[in-house]
Amino acid sequence: MSGNFIDRQFYDRRACETVAGDIRRISKRPVTLMEVCGGHTHAIQRFGIASLLPSGIRLVSGPGCPVCVSDKRFIDRAIALSRLADVVIATFGDLIRVPGSTSSLEKERSRGADVRIVYSSADAVTLALKEPAKRVVFLGIGFETTTPTTAAAILDAQAKGIRNFFVVSAHKIMPPAMAALIDEGIAIDGYICPGHVSVVTGPAIYTPIAQRYKKPCVISGFQPLDILLSIRMLVAQIERGAAMVENEYSRAVRPGGNPEARQCMQQVFELRDDTWRGLGTIPASGCGIREEFRRFDAEACLDVDVEPTRGGAGCICGDILKGLKTPHDCPLFAAPCTPAEPVGACMVSNEGTCAAYYKYNRCAEKTPA
Amino acid sequence: MNDSTHRIHLGHGAGGRLTHELIGSMFMRHFGNPILLQRADAGIIGQLNGTIALTTDSFVVRPLFFPGGDIGKLAVCGTVNDLAVCGARPAYITAGFIIEEGFGMNDLERIVASMAAASSEAGAMVAAGDTKVVEHGTCDGVFINTAGIGVVPAAWQSLHDGSRIAIGDKVIVSGPIADHGMAVLAARNEMGVSAPIVSDCAPLNGMIHAMLERFDGVKFMRDATRGGLAAVLCEIAEKKPFGVIIDERRVPVRDATRAMCDMLGFDPMHVANEGTIVIFIDARQAHDAAAFLRSHRYGGGAAIIGEVTGQQPGMVRMRTAIGGMRIIDMPEGELLPRIC
Amino acid sequence: MCLGIPGEVTAVDGEWAVVNINGVEYRAGLQLVDNVRPGDWVILHAGYVLEKLDAAQAKETLTLIADVCKKP
Repeated sequence: MSGNFIDRQFYDRRACETVAGDIRRISKRPVTLMEVCGGHTHAIQRFGIASLLPSGIRLVSGPGCPVCVSDKRFIDRAIALSRLADVVIATFGDLIRVPGSTSSLEKERSRGADVRIVYSSADAVTLALKEPAKRVVFLGIGFETTTPTTAAAILDAQAKGIRNFFVVSAHKIMPPAMAALIDEGIAIDGYICPGHVSVVTGPAIYTPIAQRYKKPCVISGFQPLDILLSIRMLVAQIERGAAMVENEYSRAVRPGGNPEARQCMQQVFELRDDTWRGLGTIPASGCGIREEFRRFDAEACLDVDVEPTRGGAGCICGDILKGLKTPHDCPLFAAPCTPAEPVGACMVSNEGTCAAYYKYNRCAEKTPA
Repeated sequence: MNDSTHRIHLGHGAGGRLTHELIGSMFMRHFGNPILLQRADAGIIGQLNGTIALTTDSFVVRPLFFPGGDIGKLAVCGTVNDLAVCGARPAYITAGFIIEEGFGMNDLERIVASMAAASSEAGAMVAAGDTKVVEHGTCDGVFINTAGIGVVPAAWQSLHDGSRIAIGDKVIVSGPIADHGMAVLAARNEMGVSAPIVSDCAPLNGMIHAMLERFDGVKFMRDATRGGLAAVLCEIAEKKPFGVIIDERRVPVRDATRAMCDMLGFDPMHVANEGTIVIFIDARQAHDAAAFLRSHRYGGGAAIIGEVTGQQPGMVRMRTAIGGMRIIDMPEGELLPRIC
Repeated sequence: MCLGIPGEVTAVDGEWAVVNINGVEYRAGLQLVDNVRPGDWVILHAGYVLEKLDAAQAKETLTLIADVCKKP
């Protein structure tokens, strides 16, 4: 792991064994814990966390992968834009293989579209500066962690007077989806809350969920010890009948979150209803670019015909995103839907539940209780 | 001074006077050996006694020059190492160049000199070559193909197919992984990252043969290039009556390489290497073999990382650093294009 | 997508900082945080500094393990 003097201690094997042992000691009843953060999905699989837990604890992945919940129309729009002669699509790597209705950005690239992978929205702004004859369209995905970074890029582009930088926003916020899942009747006993979303928002956004639905919510960091400790805290709450918001990731998540980041986000974006793949439309869950920044809004400024949405028969990504089914329940899992030839978004993204299962858990091992 | 004297142009690939001069002033000067100097249509290499191994590789790496090497060094080492891990002693290699019109003569010379140095170190002679020049924009600077030929001593003839691998054998990796992929990516300067990572690109035949001479318990070897360590292990375990289990704590990864992988979302197990080999060896010799490798210039950081097991045949699993268990799978898709 | 990872700030230049993660240096935007100084440990995410890390809080979390794992 990156040897940061703080984080290294959260990787300590003996401490992890101690906490895992303690979870086994206090866990008396079967529980289902849902995490809603791609980073957590990835970390849990990568470290083999599930194999250290007693069999009564079920870890379920919710809609925490921003790639996976981006609806097909967003991809189709990106594809339509990529077909314009002077457009450069700047995107995070995960998106290029996500299947749209009839194609993908990767396939378009092989047909000659200019699609470039960037690590940061700032890279896309730099690209716009370097190539004034092109229109650079950045595909904005991510939750409250990433949305401020796109906002910062738009503000930077405005300050620099850049006229060839655009954003298609598929940014979303987490709490409405977390509530919607429970409203739909999905049986969750507690939430492992996203770590870096919470860095921006602060812990208070989960209080309504804890209070209204009586579900404990623990904000977790990303090192193995963070995740085990958060699970331990959730199990302890469940065993004593509590339903509070706790913050395991206190070294990064302040009580008030990060007000500068929120302010940046709110300056550029406003809430709107949005469609989540697998969950349908959730009110006030998406981030749209405000009118005053309209000239950076690709949807407003770049006119394209987006093909009618279709495809993916048999795909149960929606149920998987909701935690209702596991990848093994999907008739398409592993054949024909594989990381090489994905049918649904859950298989494409590294953080997607199905990709993680395919990679890490095709023969899962569990420690006896 | 006329700039055209410092650049390749189409005439250099036309087979006429310019080609002749280029070969003489550039390739003969650096590669010059009795076979090549005959300037025949084919290199007459004479008798090779024994089982022959033949390999070829093409190199399209971008950028052409990176910390630890360049496309030329890669082209020689890649072919030399492919021969060496099959037990062959690399004897002769070929070098075919496809050069973009306008390519700088100085850069070409750097590359050729680098190839000469690598092949000299490997003890392999460049016995044949070819040069083509293509129009501007139709290839990216220069592409190189090398082929290599060598003899496999009788004692080492089963090394390439893994047929001798047995349950209980240990798995050794000859050094830290993922350096090449991250070094090349950092050298592209596209992501605002500056990283002190150096490619592991090196000619390994000397080290490999010295090891084979001392340790008769070596069952199998492979060069861990594209697809990384994961690809090698998965390929060898696939459809076999044994599985492989690795201990994450023992897999060497340099701190900076790990940091760059973490930052950009790569798994070091999937990232390309160019001077790192994976060895399956009888358990009784593993400790000494790893120590021997560590004493060699190109084997620093060599470590026993796992073993061959009867459980979960066909699968490669990893005990994670915190004691959990996960599966190692083949990487999907093109993580890093033009890495070698 | 890439995770947010911890690193050390080694230089600050207006709205940009150099964040060092085990020898790898990245030029990150400071638009989302205030008062970042060389020597601070921060979380780097998608090219920007997301927050500063609090070493004292980290220590507290670690002592939780010693305490918590003995209680019911």
